[in-house]
Amino acid sequence: MSNASSALPAAGTGRGGSLGRFFLFSVRQVTSGGRGYWFWVLGLAMVVALGVAAYVRQATGGLITTAMRDQVSWGFYIGNFTFLVGVAAAAVLLVIPAYVYQWKPIKEVVILGELLAISAIIMCGLFVMVDVGRPDHAWHLIPGIGRLNVPSSLLGWDVLVLNGYLVLNIVIVTNLLFALFRGKEPNKKVFYPLVLLSIPAAIGIHTVTAFLYNGFASRPFWNASILAPRFLASAFCSGPAVLLILMQILRKATRFEIQDSAIWKVAELMAYSMFLNLFLLGAEVFKEYYSNTEHLIHMRYMFTGVNGHNTIVPYMWFSVVCSISAFLLFLIPRTRRHPVTLNVGCVLIFLGCYLEKGMGLVIPGLTPDTLGEIYEYFPTPNELFISAGIIAMGSLVFTLLVKIATPIMIEHNASARHD
Amino acid sequence: MSESISRRKFLCIAAGCAAAASVAGCSDITHTSFFRHNFRDMTPDELKKIIADLEREHSATFGKQVLVGVDPPMDGVSFAYALDISRCIGCRRCVYGCVGENNQSRDPQIQWIRVLEMNKEKGIDFQEANPYYDAEEVPRPGHFYLPMACQQCENPACVKSCPVGATWREKDGIVVVDYDWCLGCRCCLSACPYGARRFNWGKPTLPAEEMNPDTHYLGNRPRPKGVVEKCTFCIQRTRRGKYPKCVEVCPTGSRKFGNILDPESEIRYILEHKRVVVLKNELNTHPRFYYFF
Amino acid sequence: MAYGPGITWGDVGKRLPVRAAAALAGAILCLGLSAGGATAQEAPPRHTVPVDSMVFETPPPPFRDPDIFPCSQCHNADMPPNLQRRQLVDMHDDIVLKHDEEHRWCLDCHDAQNRDRLHLANGTLIPFEQSYKLCGQCHGDKYRDWRAGVHGRRTGEWNGKKQYLLCVHCHYSHEPKFKGLKPLAPPIPPGRKP
Repeated sequence: MSNASSALPAAGTGRGGSLGRFFLFSVRQVTSGGRGYWFWVLGLAMVVALGVAAYVRQATGGLITTAMRDQVSWGFYIGNFTFLVGVAAAAVLLVIPAYVYQWKPIKEVVILGELLAISAIIMCGLFVMVDVGRPDHAWHLIPGIGRLNVPSSLLGWDVLVLNGYLVLNIVIVTNLLFALFRGKEPNKKVFYPLVLLSIPAAIGIHTVTAFLYNGFASRPFWNASILAPRFLASAFCSGPAVLLILMQILRKATRFEIQDSAIWKVAELMAYSMFLNLFLLGAEVFKEYYSNTEHLIHMRYMFTGVNGHNTIVPYMWFSVVCSISAFLLFLIPRTRRHPVTLNVGCVLIFLGCYLEKGMGLVIPGLTPDTLGEIYEYFPTPNELFISAGIIAMGSLVFTLLVKIATPIMIEHNASARHD
Repeated sequence: MSESISRRKFLCIAAGCAAAASVAGCSDITHTSFFRHNFRDMTPDELKKIIADLEREHSATFGKQVLVGVDPPMDGVSFAYALDISRCIGCRRCVYGCVGENNQSRDPQIQWIRVLEMNKEKGIDFQEANPYYDAEEVPRPGHFYLPMACQQCENPACVKSCPVGATWREKDGIVVVDYDWCLGCRCCLSACPYGARRFNWGKPTLPAEEMNPDTHYLGNRPRPKGVVEKCTFCIQRTRRGKYPKCVEVCPTGSRKFGNILDPESEIRYILEHKRVVVLKNELNTHPRFYYFF
Repeated sequence: MAYGPGITWGDVGKRLPVRAAAALAGAILCLGLSAGGATAQEAPPRHTVPVDSMVFETPPPPFRDPDIFPCSQCHNADMPPNLQRRQLVDMHDDIVLKHDEEHRWCLDCHDAQNRDRLHLANGTLIPFEQSYKLCGQCHGDKYRDWRAGVHGRRTGEWNGKKQYLLCVHCHYSHEPKFKGLKPLAPPIPPGRKP
C-alpha cells in the first residue's frame, strides 16, 4: 500500500472525464505501484491461491473436510461471516456524524468506511458460499428465478439486505469517486438520500443477521432478545477498530490526510460502544447465571467448559480480557489519544470482538446440541486456509479500492484547500 | 438422451457455475439437477422426464431396476406417530431398519433415528441423554429409552428457516426435502429443536446390494453430497398404505403409526386413552410425534 | 359343579394353597382364579357365549417344539389326567413357571380333558390360536390395547389389513417377562476425517 502518490497525476488528467476514462484510470491505478504495493498485493494473491486450493479440496471431498458435523453444523465460516457483517455495518458509525451532523473531519474518511463495507460484504458472501453444501444451487436464492423464501426465512432476508447493502455502497462510492474524479461534487439530490438510506441499511444488515440466530427458538443461547443490540454494539467496536488502524496506515503510506481529530472522534464513539457491548454481555451473563435454568449450559460451555469439554474456554476468557482492557484504554482520554495505546486498544478490541463473534457466538449456541450432546468443534486447517483465502481476497479488494480512491481523495482535498 | 445430458453439462458450465461449483455439484450423479425446478414448481411433463432420468441414472449406478415414485398425499389422511416409551428397550432395531429402507449413507454414517438412553431418575432431560450406549443387553437398569427422529411438526421451524423453500410440509403432514433444490446452508439443522436433520458432509456411500430400489422422489432416493435429509415417515411406504419400516421392525411394538383423521386408527386410540407427551412443547412446533406411556 | 370337564370349582379352591412349582404348557390365567377362590361356594354361571367373540388372524402359535402339537398325540385315552397339583418330573420338566406360579399350575389354562385346547375361567374351550382371550382375562388393559393395535407389534397396512401377533409370540407364556436384547451398534460419534 505504498506510495499511491506516484499515480496521482492520472487523477488530474481524469478531470471532466467519462466513465470509460474513470475505468481506465482505475485500471492504471491498480496496476501501478511501488515495490511495497506489489509485495502486498502478490502476497495477498498467494494467500487467495492457497485458499482456492483448499476450497477445491473441500468442494471435492465435501464439507467433511471441515470440523463441522450434524451436532455443530455451523462453525468458523459462519462466525467470520457474522463478524464481517458487523464490520460492514460499522461504516455507518462514520456516516452518521459525517453526513447527518456535517462534522467535517470525519467526512473525508467516510469513503474508507464504505470501501471497507464493500470489501466486508464481499467476504461475507464468500464465507456463505464456502459454507453451503451446494453452491451451484445458489441461484435458487434469486427471487423470480429461484424460490427465495421470504418473508419467513431469515437467511432469505439476510441475502436480500446484504446484497442491497452491497449495491448501495457500490453506488454511493462510485458516485462519489466518479464525481470527484471529474472535479465535481456529487449530485446531492441522488447522493444524500442514498447516504441517508445507508444508515438504516447498515443497522438493518446487522439486525437481520442477528435475527437469523435470534429466531431459532431451538437454540436458547441465541434466542435472547438482547442479541441484536449486542451485535450492533460489538460491530460498532470492531468495525471502527479496523478503520482506525487502516486510516493510520494510509496516513503514513500516502498523502491522504486524516486529521487526528477525526481519529479521536471515532475512538470516542468506540468507547461508548465498548461500554454498551460489555454492559449487554454482562446483562446476559447475569440473567443466565442467576436464573440458572437449563439454558445456562451454553454459557457454561463457553466460560467454564462442561464435563471437561473446554476447547473454547481459553479463547473466550482471552476475548473478555481483550474487550475489558480495550475499553479501559479507550475510556481514558489520554490513552485514547496516544498513538501507541490507541492502536493497542484497537487490536485488543478487534481480537475481543472477533473471538466473541467468530467462536463465542456460533459454537456455544450449537453446543451442546438440541439433544444435549457435546461435540467439541474446532476448525480444521483446511477451514482455516479457506478462511484466510477469503480474508486475503477481501483485503485485496479493499487494497485495490483504496488504491483507486486515495489519489482522487487527495486531489479533491488539495483542490478544496486551494479554493 | 445423452445428447440432452451433454447439453445440460454444457449449460452447467456456460451458466458460470465456477470451477468450484462444478466440482461440488456437476460431477455428482445428479449433475443434471442443476436446472431442475423445485418439485412443487414442476410441470407434469417435466416431472415425468426427470423421473425417467433419475431411474436410469440410479439403475445404472446400482445395477438394478430402481424406481422413483412420486405418490402424492392421500385425501383425508394426515399422518401421526406414537411411541411407547414404557416399552421401548433401546435395541436400535429401528435405527438399522430405517438405514436399510431409506438408503442412508453407510460412510459417512447417516442415521435418521437416534435412540437416547435416559436416566429414569432425571426423566426427559436431554443433558442426561446418551446416544452412544452399548451393552450386552438392553434395557439397562435405571434407564429408559427415547428414540428421536423427525417429529413432523405441524409448525416446523426447519421449513420456516429454509431460504430457498427446499423443505416443506405436505398435505398429509410429512415434512419433506427436495434434495435437488437444497442449498445445503443448514439453517434447518440449527432450527430443528429435535436434532432430526442430517447433512451429507461427504459423498454418501450405499452398497449396491443393500440399496432399496423402491424409492420416492421426496424420500429414500439416493442423495448427493452437500444436502440435508431426514425421516419422511417412510413416504415411499406410507403413501401406499404400508407401515413405516421402524414400526414393522420394532420387536417391542412400541412404535405406532396411522392417520390422525381416522377415529378408528391406533393413533387416535392412543391420543384418547394414553398419557401422551410431545417434546419441547413450549417451542410451539406441534410435533406429530407423540410419546406415550 | 363342573368347571370344564373334570375340574370343579371346589377342586380349584382346594388346590390353591398348594405350593406351586408346577410345569404348565399353555397360557395365562388369573382373573378366573382370584375369583375362583371367592366364588368357590356358589356355582358360577357357566358361559356358553365366549367372553369375546372377536377373532384375530395371527400367525400360528410359537410352539417351542413344532412336533409337540397336537398334545393329544400323548395325552390320549391311554393317559388319564392326573388332576393333582404337583411338580412334573417325567415330562415337561424343562418348563419352569414364572407367571404367578404361587397361584397357578398347568391345568388352570390347559384343559385336562382336551389337551389340544385351552380353557377360559368360565370353562369355554379355545384353540391355541386364540390364546389372547385367555391372556386377556387377567390382562384386560393390555388385551384392549392389543385389539386396538396399540399393544404389540403390527405389520401390514395402517389403512388396511394388519398382521397381529399372539401375546405368546413376544411373551413366553410360562415366563412372560419380555426378554432383553443385545442392542445393535451405537452410532459413530462425530469426529474429524483424516
